[in-house]
Amino acid sequence: MDFHSPRTWADALALKAEHPEAVPIAGGTDVMVELNFNRHRPPALIDISAVPELAQWDRADGHLRVGAGVSYTRLVRELGPRLPGLAMAARTVGSPQIRNRGTVGGNLGSASPAGDAHPPLLAGRASVELASVRGTRLVPVEEFFTGPKRSVLAADELISAFVVRPAPGPEQFCKVGTRNAMVIAVASFAISLDPEHGRVGTGIGSAAPTPRRAAGAEELLEAELSAAGMWERPRPLPDGLLHRFAELVTSAASPIDDVRGSAAYRRHALAIMARRALSWAWADLMRNGNAPCN
Amino acid sequence: MSTLTGPTRESAGAGAHTCDGVGDDARRPDGAQKVAGRFAFSSDLWADGMVWGATVRSPHPRARLVSVDPSEALRLPGVHCVLTHEDVPGKKTFGLEVADQPVLAVGEVRYQGEAVALVAADSPETARRAVAAVRVEYQPLVAVVDPMEAMLPTAEKVHPSGNIVRHFKLRRGDPFGEAPVVVSGEYEVGMQDQAFLGPESGLAVPADDGGVDLQVATQWLHADRRQVAAALGLPEAKVRLALAGVGGAFGAREDVSLQIHLCLLALRTGRPVKMVYSREESFFGHVHRHPARLRYVHGAARDGRLVFVKAEMVFDGGAYMSSTRAVIGNAGTLSVGPYVVPNVSVDAYGLYTNNPPCGAMRGFGAVQACFAYEAQMDRLAEELGMHPVELRSLNAMSQGSLMPTGQVVDSPAPVADLLRRVAQAPLPPPGPTVADVATEGLLPGGMANTTHGEGVVRGTGYAVGFKNVGFSEGYDDYTTVRVVLAAGPDGPVATVHSAGCELGQGLVTVQAQIARSELGVREVVVETADTRVGSAGSSSASRQTYMTAGALREACGQLRAEMLARAAARLGVPEADLSWAHGEVLGPGGDVLGLPELLEPGPLERTVEWRHRPTQEVDPETGQGDAHVQYSFAAHRAVVDVDTELGLVKVVQIDTAQDVGKAINPGAVLGQIHGGTTQGLGLALMEEIQVEAGRVKNPSFTDYLIPTILDVPPMRVQVLELADPHAPYGLRGVGEAPTISSTPAIVAAVRAATGRRLPRVPLRPQDIVGLGEAAGGTDGADGAAGTGGRAGGAHDLTGGVPEPRGPGSGEGGAVP
Amino acid sequence: MQLRLEVNGVPYETDDVWEGESLLYVLRERLGLWGSKNACEQGECGSCSVLLDGELVCSCLVAAGQAQGRHVVTVEGLGRDGRMSAVQEAFLEAGAVQCGFCTPGLVVATEDLLRHNPAPSDVEIREALAGNLCRCTGYEKVLDAVRAAAGTSR
Repeated sequence: MDFHSPRTWADALALKAEHPEAVPIAGGTDVMVELNFNRHRPPALIDISAVPELAQWDRADGHLRVGAGVSYTRLVRELGPRLPGLAMAARTVGSPQIRNRGTVGGNLGSASPAGDAHPPLLAGRASVELASVRGTRLVPVEEFFTGPKRSVLAADELISAFVVRPAPGPEQFCKVGTRNAMVIAVASFAISLDPEHGRVGTGIGSAAPTPRRAAGAEELLEAELSAAGMWERPRPLPDGLLHRFAELVTSAASPIDDVRGSAAYRRHALAIMARRALSWAWADLMRNGNAPCN
Repeated sequence: MSTLTGPTRESAGAGAHTCDGVGDDARRPDGAQKVAGRFAFSSDLWADGMVWGATVRSPHPRARLVSVDPSEALRLPGVHCVLTHEDVPGKKTFGLEVADQPVLAVGEVRYQGEAVALVAADSPETARRAVAAVRVEYQPLVAVVDPMEAMLPTAEKVHPSGNIVRHFKLRRGDPFGEAPVVVSGEYEVGMQDQAFLGPESGLAVPADDGGVDLQVATQWLHADRRQVAAALGLPEAKVRLALAGVGGAFGAREDVSLQIHLCLLALRTGRPVKMVYSREESFFGHVHRHPARLRYVHGAARDGRLVFVKAEMVFDGGAYMSSTRAVIGNAGTLSVGPYVVPNVSVDAYGLYTNNPPCGAMRGFGAVQACFAYEAQMDRLAEELGMHPVELRSLNAMSQGSLMPTGQVVDSPAPVADLLRRVAQAPLPPPGPTVADVATEGLLPGGMANTTHGEGVVRGTGYAVGFKNVGFSEGYDDYTTVRVVLAAGPDGPVATVHSAGCELGQGLVTVQAQIARSELGVREVVVETADTRVGSAGSSSASRQTYMTAGALREACGQLRAEMLARAAARLGVPEADLSWAHGEVLGPGGDVLGLPELLEPGPLERTVEWRHRPTQEVDPETGQGDAHVQYSFAAHRAVVDVDTELGLVKVVQIDTAQDVGKAINPGAVLGQIHGGTTQGLGLALMEEIQVEAGRVKNPSFTDYLIPTILDVPPMRVQVLELADPHAPYGLRGVGEAPTISSTPAIVAAVRAATGRRLPRVPLRPQDIVGLGEAAGGTDGADGAAGTGGRAGGAHDLTGGVPEPRGPGSGEGGAVP
Repeated sequence: MQLRLEVNGVPYETDDVWEGESLLYVLRERLGLWGSKNACEQGECGSCSVLLDGELVCSCLVAAGQAQGRHVVTVEGLGRDGRMSAVQEAFLEAGAVQCGFCTPGLVVATEDLLRHNPAPSDVEIREALAGNLCRCTGYEKVLDAVRAAAGTSR
């Protein structure tokens, strides 16, 4: 096994082009488990943790561009108010030790349906920036995942960043697990409200072969809220609307039975999380008016 | 009697009282090394020229072993050898009670993970590659995986002797008893893992005499030695074991895991061999708690007095026997709980299947029984309209009561008192209703923001349990201790040497405390446990402090007698005129002889082999007999918040009351109770090895979950010290009792919050919301209902109904 | 590959490191620093916690090569002049040590917590130590120890 330690992003991309079978490693929270458990013996590792560009975030054109190497700890600390949904998800990742090392880039790279960062990225309509010596492309998160632990990432590409608008309004994230900490999601849900544009974003985790949006639920809510003029004058959500929203979130899922939970329970939990998350986000909106959070 | 209330009791070590004798919070002698990271655990061993061992394991739960081809593995650079059953020079099988498990598979593999071959290589990575390169041909066979089917006479046999390892029958009074109020239920306990943190590991070094020296983490050095020597075909004297640092045990180290394998590799390679299991391998490398299905029928008079208990208990022992027979003996004899029951008919079965082998785990048969009988007591209370504590107290055994085995309970049995104590302990304040920074992590769902109070209902539950201390049913149970008392440069030194295994429980601390108190010395050296001294028996069954205390006190007593004799000779007075006080001999005329003078003629040494009072085998048809030495009792009250919509649980508070007879080290006693209670919490809410068609689905700490610090509530403990007149210092074994009743107390609290029957542990969220499959059919399957309908919910002390959380606990209601 | 790093202030150089090896393996098997423990190899238990350039990490999830030229502090490096640190002393005094396998990780994680938050609430202690599994103590005396250490260091 070879070990490459590029110090610049250009070097990293060149190495990946030269060794497409090499596995990039940042925080190691997934890659090292595969190695330690004797499940994977890649021909080479490319350590991208020392590439300075990946550890930076900045603002441009009203968007945040967050380097793939920014740890969950830094995300919570430095970007919490701007990306509250993602920060809530980041806080549920593993333990302090894991959050110090783990990155959203790594989460995306692993493309697990249970990745905690994915639902808020979907809800925030983020894009993933993929780079190679051939160039850089921006892929909406929704189109990034192609199956369990599979994505559109090409063999010569590395994830450089994700790009997302600062939260345009209230965001929520919740995650069900069978322990009070250090747990992989049995099911998770994220919501993002954009009162200015009358948009709703959602993300479902651990309840389908890939993380996915509940587009039907978003459309329903957008339509009903617009029709009732509630974005401009927020009032309590009718119970029937909460109920139909939750139903549509559930119907967007296609969960399976596994060691962590049954498909039936995952559907059930999603409905409850969807209702609660929406009601909390809406309550935030009513409390704060429709001023953006950043 | 004293009551210690944790955790406020502070260590007495730093104050004026510094003798660190019996009853004091003496510090662990190994503690400074442990906090500094300098304590050598079994995985931290190293020797010059050492090679690494690894194990080839069966991927099949049952298969014919067609061939093992090591040639490819042997061609890898750095590989020293590959061993199969043909390389086992002595006995080809081992086992704690019966040698039914192949050292390396012969002919057939009977569970997933069974050891088939061994390799030794220069590095762990090379060893792993070699394991992968050993070509094993299997012919998969249909596995026996359903314990209920395994019991049928027509079932495929896992072993030629048949699938029933033991059928324990308990018959007392009228087995066809009838009663005006009857409740019945079926319960299920999943397979729990001990999940000690320090994986199996050790180092074997070949010796010049053709024997082997083995350092290993174990619970029972001499049982290991017996099995290792037999497999190696060596006399026991040539197999020398020493205890390496043990990273927890909880029953999982009572059986042999890698001991024989290490020695085989060391003798074959002629080099020191180290083995360390990974966490995944550890799940396959040791026995687990028996999963069990239990069917109970309880009958009571209208005043609540128990009339009869009938039960059928089926324990899946997996592919090999391990300690299944003894587990079944406990489950059967303790099957009705610490209650007086005139009519009892119980059948307890331990089975062979092709599931993972099961054996010892903290609570050992009593855990499964207690989960069922305490659920039954709650159901009975419900039918009778009684408070669960009232019903239990009414039927509680006490000193002088008869066990259903006919054995008289001849020492304090404060069952009702323990219940009263937990019931009267202050309840926690109402829970948080709105998630904010101060309360995050305190609601069900922990840090994961699943509720801000919606759906959260508080429930309270009670349970009491008991456990036999020591080895029962006529087992010749003894412990050997050697004590040497010698003059040292800074005063007399007592050296204590035994093979009793320190697992973390603090045996090394209490050995020093007892020697200090008994001999009046300050300095005590506790030698590493090894086989240079006779057997100490197992550090299990809550027995080692009891047994070691008995042996050590006896040895010290003999040393004192010897010193009195020396003093008598020196002073020329009869021994009867002399007395012993705090390390000195007092003579009639005010003469005082100190230890330094008495030790002038030379050091003194005594070795004592000490037995607890004998027990009896029980009658095979009726289970009658004085099977047990002593019982240990604990009661729990659990308060939980349940998100009844998501099925998530936050344990808010646990109160425990336990009688320990005498707390030799009060701080360590509290530590045992906290830790035991927490393992019971794990079984209640999250811990299960999931086995499907004989295959383990979750052999990792990602999916076998044990409680984190965020899952464990504040635990208050009341310790009673009611001396057992038959025991050294009056002490009772402590370790297991707190594990037994914490599980049913927590589940009772969840039942109270949800109104569901919840007949299976661990509780899964889907069970709590009513989407799970329950034991014996639907949730709340309840065979013969007695009088009256089913009452809703359980009761808490205020006699009330479950209390909803927050202002209008419905959806959105808690949003400010 | 060759690896150079500084552990507890001491420079180390070791050859023939396999590229797939973890920092934990290097510390234990190559440098003989056995204090960091190996209990799960997947970041679930925290027994291998160390400070990597001052940051709390599970050393089992750090590839050996990622520690090239870095500064590592393990449990062995916490005391000073042969004396225990306040945290170590508190764990010992509170009876928070039973088998002790989780102790090095807990001690390192507690040092990290108190460095960032000298007076943590119970909830903050629990959140900070949620990645350190203990199977013996039920954590009650661990909490006592952390509270005591916080009091001492205040």
